[in-house]
Amino acid sequence: MEIFVISLLNGLVYGMLLFMLASGLTLIFSMMGVLNFAHASIYMIGAYLAFQVSRVVGFFPALIIAPLLCGAIGAAIEIWGLRKVHHNGHIAELLFTFGLVFIVQRGVQMTWGMLPMPYRVPALLDFPLFQIYGANFPAYRAFMLLISGGMLLSTWLLLKKTRVGLIIQAALTHPNMVSALGHNVPMVFTTVFAGGCLLAGLAGVIGGNYQTTEPGMAEAMGPIVFVVVVFGGLGSLAGCFIASILMGMIQTFAVVIDYSVADLLRPLGLALKADNLLMEVLTVPIARIGALLPFAMMILILLFRPRGLMGTRDT
Amino acid sequence: MTPILRRLVAAATLSVTALCAQPVAAADTIKIAYIDPFSGPFASGGDEFLKIFKVLFDRINAKGGVLGKQLEIVPFDSKLQPAEALIALKSVTDQNIPFVMHCTGSNVGAALIDGVAKHNARNPDNRVIYLNCGALATELTNEKCDFWQFRFAGSVEMRAATRIRSLPKEITKVYLLNQDYLFGQSVQADTKKWLAALRPDIQIVGDELMPFGKVQDFSSYVTKIKASGAQSIVTGNYNRDLNLLIKAAVDDGLNIRFDTYLAHLIGGPTAIGATGEGRLTSIMEFSGNVPVDLKVPEAEKFVTDWREHHNTDFSTLNFMTMLDMLTQAITKAGGTDPLKVALALEGMQVKDFVGQDNTMRKDDHQLLMPYYAGVFTKDVKYDSEKTGFGWKTQYSASAADLTLPTTCKMKRPAS
Repeated sequence: MEIFVISLLNGLVYGMLLFMLASGLTLIFSMMGVLNFAHASIYMIGAYLAFQVSRVVGFFPALIIAPLLCGAIGAAIEIWGLRKVHHNGHIAELLFTFGLVFIVQRGVQMTWGMLPMPYRVPALLDFPLFQIYGANFPAYRAFMLLISGGMLLSTWLLLKKTRVGLIIQAALTHPNMVSALGHNVPMVFTTVFAGGCLLAGLAGVIGGNYQTTEPGMAEAMGPIVFVVVVFGGLGSLAGCFIASILMGMIQTFAVVIDYSVADLLRPLGLALKADNLLMEVLTVPIARIGALLPFAMMILILLFRPRGLMGTRDT
Repeated sequence: MTPILRRLVAAATLSVTALCAQPVAAADTIKIAYIDPFSGPFASGGDEFLKIFKVLFDRINAKGGVLGKQLEIVPFDSKLQPAEALIALKSVTDQNIPFVMHCTGSNVGAALIDGVAKHNARNPDNRVIYLNCGALATELTNEKCDFWQFRFAGSVEMRAATRIRSLPKEITKVYLLNQDYLFGQSVQADTKKWLAALRPDIQIVGDELMPFGKVQDFSSYVTKIKASGAQSIVTGNYNRDLNLLIKAAVDDGLNIRFDTYLAHLIGGPTAIGATGEGRLTSIMEFSGNVPVDLKVPEAEKFVTDWREHHNTDFSTLNFMTMLDMLTQAITKAGGTDPLKVALALEGMQVKDFVGQDNTMRKDDHQLLMPYYAGVFTKDVKYDSEKTGFGWKTQYSASAADLTLPTTCKMKRPAS
């Protein structure tokens, strides 16, 4: 029971971090049709900028400044990069963001070096908030939940309840009509891209000291975020949210399950012989393959429901 | 042809000529290839090792090099992938470089042993020696041992023996957590083997493999470890897999020891910081405080010089021993012929920088060398990576202590 409750909380925190990253990506993806490979790189830049800024002005101003800088970087990428290659089609855009990953990776390594940065949780939030079955729940994790929850709410309000959101949603499905009505569609695209990068930057600020700030962090987070976006379905913030939480839960719960497929089969009277070819695969405990489960689930959903959980069109 | 185009062609011709001329000018150096990750998540290791090698090469070259020739390091990126390392090995042999060093990744090391053995069998006039400076899985000098591989780093088993001997008496329950690949599995097996042999009083309350470099959130592992009632996590994890584990454990308030194998690797002390004080231990080839304990002023001066120019530590004394042995072997062989150098390396005995005995065992080409178990504490002369904490030696095992039996059945070349 105690493991269940603690894992639930941990899964929620990790899921919300995933959501902060994935929401920006899914917005950009559904809006512009660009699968932004460099999204996790922006997350990394966010963490590094937050580290740098927090050394000068402290953590809380950095919490605002670093995402804004990331948003500005995003806008610059869109205006001077993506827009230029746009008329060459989606493949060109894809390759552009793919190249960006390497440039950012190398740039970060050249600026900050290869070693992890001593970017730590601020002293103000570095205490156990409460105890649950003898385990501390750090205040910083609660803070992460708060930030990501607030972000979810404000993004949802922005998209559903404001005029800006209305135009963005319209441009999503009928860009030509929106353009004909006198709205500056390229400008909307820039805003969405910058907004997505801002969210990634925010995730970087709070993820950078929750995990470690090092040049490998983009590569570590990149694939799982894509899984979330594909699993949740294109253009659906709700689907993205459900997928993020689900992936967070799966990864934390898988670790505490020490059973293997063979253990499941045993009560059914299917005792496996040791010379079975599949024995090796079937006796691996779930805990050992937990990190691979999201990818397996992505393959399943692509096979059986290509539009994702709540997507409106096929991937 | 327009004038501009003509000028371009002329320039291109010139540069091609210059390129062709270069190898002739550089022929007077002894080249040593170095294959390790310089990109990807583990690039920090390769990059730092390269810096260390450059300093060590300069040290040898400043003394006049070997046989009057300067040593030159030629780096290749392995991306920590066996396939990439084999492509790099192909470039090495294409350039007729007789020595190849490689220090990261047992899976890559296993591929290189195989690749080098096959290459040498097929090309007896263009052989290459594999100088293994950090692929640690025990089997690489047991079942997988090969005449052309020389390992200048303690095998996992040697480290495990040191690890278990250095565990304090009051520990009775340990949790084993390791990465699910060749090295982690090797650590798991050897830790259990030596626990059974030396400390039967210790109970293993958890024994787990985790995906290598894939886990983002360790809090559920911490929950499990806590539930097991372990007093210590014995782990071969390193880099991100170790830093995140310790971070999660500290966040959780888990009061436990971290008896690691590789916490001292570059970047580890910075990432772990004060949270490791007094409860983080590691098994090391060297630390800045070893020459202080052994009273070797020359080595201590090297450490202080190093600290003036670098933010990282010099902990890979075995790299220095490796290059010392290699230069001695080349001198003895009177050239860089790989077979002669390999025969000269076999059984070679040297004293390392702090005066300890090191032997390259002929039976399995494993360097028998001392190891030091250190605890992360403020109470030291030299701190680590400017964190204010450093490694204090608690236990040291000599090369004689670590002369463990081998199962290697080595095939020797006919000529």
